[in-house]
Amino acid sequence: MFDRRLLLNFDWTLLLTVCALALIGTASLHSATSGWSGGGTPLYLKQLSWFGIGLVLALLICCFDYRHLEHLGFHFFAINLALLVAVLLFGKTTMGATRWLDLGFFNLQPSEIMKVVIIITFARYFSRNGHFRGHTLRELLVPFALLVVPVVLVLKQPDLGTALLILFIAVVMVLFAGISRGVLVLLILLAMLGAGSGWFMLHDYQKERIYTFLNPERDPLGSGYHIIQSKIAIGSGGTLGKGFMQGTQSQLSFLPERHTDFAFSVFAEEWGFAGCLLLLLLYLFLIVWGISIARRAADRFGMFLAVGVTAMLFWHIVVNLGMVIGLLPVVGVPLPLFSYGGTSMVTTMIGAGLLLNVSMRRFMF
Amino acid sequence: MNPNSAWSDKPDLTKRFLALLLVAVAVFLLLLLRLWNLQVINAERYQALSERNRIRYMPIAAPRGPIYDRDGHLLVDNRPAFGVSVMRQDVDDRDRLLERLSVYLEADREQLEGRLTAGRRFPFYRPVPLADDVSRDLLERVQENSLDLHGVLIEVQPLRSYPYEEAAAHIFGYLGEITDRELARFQGRGYRPGDFVGKTGMEQTLESYLRGTAGQRLVEVDVLGKELRVLQVQDPVPGNKVYLTLRRDVQLAAERALRGHAGSAVALDVRTGEVLALASLPSFNPALFARGISGSEWLELLQNPRHPLQNKAIKGQYPPASTFKIVTALAALRAGVATPNTRVECTGRFTLGNHEFRCWKRTGHGVTDLRKAMRESCDVWFYKVGLDLGIDRLAEMGQEFGLGQSLGIELAGEKEGLMPTRAWKRQRMGAPWYDGETVIAAIGQGFVLTTPLQLAVLTAAVANGGELLQPQLVKRVEGWDGQVFREARPEIIRKIDFGDGNLAAVRRSLEAAVNEPQATGRASRLESVRVAGKTGTAQVVRLRDEHRDRTVKETPYRFRDHALFVAYAPADDPEIAVAVVVEHGQSGGGTAAPIARAMLEAYFGLPVTEPAAPAGFYGD
Repeated sequence: MFDRRLLLNFDWTLLLTVCALALIGTASLHSATSGWSGGGTPLYLKQLSWFGIGLVLALLICCFDYRHLEHLGFHFFAINLALLVAVLLFGKTTMGATRWLDLGFFNLQPSEIMKVVIIITFARYFSRNGHFRGHTLRELLVPFALLVVPVVLVLKQPDLGTALLILFIAVVMVLFAGISRGVLVLLILLAMLGAGSGWFMLHDYQKERIYTFLNPERDPLGSGYHIIQSKIAIGSGGTLGKGFMQGTQSQLSFLPERHTDFAFSVFAEEWGFAGCLLLLLLYLFLIVWGISIARRAADRFGMFLAVGVTAMLFWHIVVNLGMVIGLLPVVGVPLPLFSYGGTSMVTTMIGAGLLLNVSMRRFMF
Repeated sequence: MNPNSAWSDKPDLTKRFLALLLVAVAVFLLLLLRLWNLQVINAERYQALSERNRIRYMPIAAPRGPIYDRDGHLLVDNRPAFGVSVMRQDVDDRDRLLERLSVYLEADREQLEGRLTAGRRFPFYRPVPLADDVSRDLLERVQENSLDLHGVLIEVQPLRSYPYEEAAAHIFGYLGEITDRELARFQGRGYRPGDFVGKTGMEQTLESYLRGTAGQRLVEVDVLGKELRVLQVQDPVPGNKVYLTLRRDVQLAAERALRGHAGSAVALDVRTGEVLALASLPSFNPALFARGISGSEWLELLQNPRHPLQNKAIKGQYPPASTFKIVTALAALRAGVATPNTRVECTGRFTLGNHEFRCWKRTGHGVTDLRKAMRESCDVWFYKVGLDLGIDRLAEMGQEFGLGQSLGIELAGEKEGLMPTRAWKRQRMGAPWYDGETVIAAIGQGFVLTTPLQLAVLTAAVANGGELLQPQLVKRVEGWDGQVFREARPEIIRKIDFGDGNLAAVRRSLEAAVNEPQATGRASRLESVRVAGKTGTAQVVRLRDEHRDRTVKETPYRFRDHALFVAYAPADDPEIAVAVVVEHGQSGGGTAAPIARAMLEAYFGLPVTEPAAPAGFYGD
């Protein structure tokens, strides 16, 4: 039977925030690609249709109680692992990376789904096994094992960006679940050690990107060019921007990949610091709202779920923005609701759907 | 466990939520600060940059590394050439541009378009090369019309040049335009569509060493993409210097001696396994590929019945014929089924059941021991010994010599040949092994197949006392600062044990096969250096009766026997081993031995006697 309280408690604030961001993003995309010739549907319309699909998905997700996910969590995890292995075995290779399963009508990228699945898996684990006094090393063995396998599989593709994101999301959830001080120190040491040895596992081109990040002039034709041009675009936007569709940098094609990873640079050029401030406040509001959904969740599983989804959005936003403004190396992470691309849009909207779900059931026991 | 058992401590979480909140706000603040710095504090600077954001980085192609022989003679070099490229972001009317370029460059419009399309996957600001090695006349035409050709630029591209033209072409290999697949594979290493990469030979094997690092020019351009001034130049770093193990004089002597034939010749240093010469004829001129080979030129190479593109030294598989008697002799001696003194009466025929095997000499050799059998290449002695030995012991020795296996030379596509065994035949043909097959295997006919390289390695192992050495072609790879990236070191695949005194006996018989009267290999004899060797003449098809009694000239080319010869020298302290296979060369002693001789002469610094040109080669 349908519970009327669900409708009454529907989280309009969240939905409106998401829609606002998506619309700003689409408008910016329209501007970024307005000069593009060639037939076919304009990219911003495609993006809009992806948003539509995402919206339907998010609303569908609201229709069932998220608590069912708790029981399905490990099944999802197992299936997703199998998909990741399948990618390594029969995946489709594009530009040297094997990340997709060709399903005929579309290409599935299991590593993207893994971001959501790891959230569900961890939420289940910590909601059942957790106490809040701080986990010991032994209690963290299971989540560690759950994390390492998919991360290694994703690294094999290779897809450093996604692997790092999965790791970051998991770290937030673990820290939130609480760990004892000794373990924290140990983990920090291990992370430093891991980063050190991980350096040697990086592909040459990935090392190259980090060198380039430290010194963009090193490879001004490659990723260094992106950073330099992105900074010029953003910086030249000034306080108030050059105006919608007036960004010379982006309109004159100096800015590469301006519709995907560097979508924000177009926006920043045309709307200036004022626009950026507004956009960042919107994103921050989304994060803060996510945290408050977690806080008000009806049960621990819902709380962890909300924390995980919020962490996913947070890292996407921070890594992408950090990258285009030259604070972080270029790793190819899309800006949620802003960068062109179906996968990113759908993943984000699934996350939003989960948040809506947890939010509207906060009064149900 | 009740999942909500700990839910009562929820209030304690306030701190954690607060922490999440604080971290999020702090990080966003940091991002905002950075934006403030870019957009407010430094706005003017960036606005100025964007105002005349006409700064561009243009790649400067790096010359590929030169290739030398072991003594530093330059074998492959570069020459400057001009190419025409297109900066896609400056192109206003693609179709018109292609139309005009195809006229000015006298080039196929579709080909230009194909290259431009391939460049689509790459950023707008990277020039896409459309035409290479453009002649001065055409270049001038492009330059004169530059106002009409928005986005077109002229780049200097170093191109490969080959001072010795066709020589050693199979070792160097050739370059070709990078394919989509290669672009994906080399992702992140700075390749762009239209680049040339090594497709075969050393160019392929050593691509990463030879390639070099592109340089770049920082230039200011106007709105139309025309260069205003150069702000900064970073010179390209040429590819590393590669020293091959080849010796130029031996290589050239081999190719000259093989001229007019189809076949190959390999020379190895028996102490190290280093390849001194590796010739395969007919050859091709790799310069054809340096600027992009035309369709008709390519087709001509592909359709040539003598397969100029095939490296016959590593890909040609031939019955070793009588050169294989070295293996049979060593196997028989080791197994004890024969001694150097084992005597067999050769009547010109050998009967097994109701089948008769003939000796090449129809009248027979009379009473024959190992030395005579090797010297005069008596088949009957080896039929008898081979039958006593059995195929599996024979194959064992062959396999120890590396037959039927790839030897791991640094060239792609090495063939394995075949050393048959009972098990192989059962598995492959589902049939038992017959004694008759052992008999013909003992003289290197039947199923046995070897590559010229394998024969050379085998001969080197006989010469150096039983060490099967991995053949090596790269002597050293050296950077321009003298840094050595790679250096050849002798690698022993295995040490073969022949039993006491057996190898010495066989080696004496091989000396006899070159130096004594009656010897089949006399044509390889040198005055000042003692040579040991063995001839071979491999039947291509069982001669049809109508050709049996014809002279060489009358026998159609494709029915003529292959001519083989292997040798090493000096016989008492060997340095060099050679193997020569001449397709349809008819006679090992007559055709192949003189070619080996020319190589040995070159190696020892003697005046080279060039063999007479082959008869009837061009006729049929």
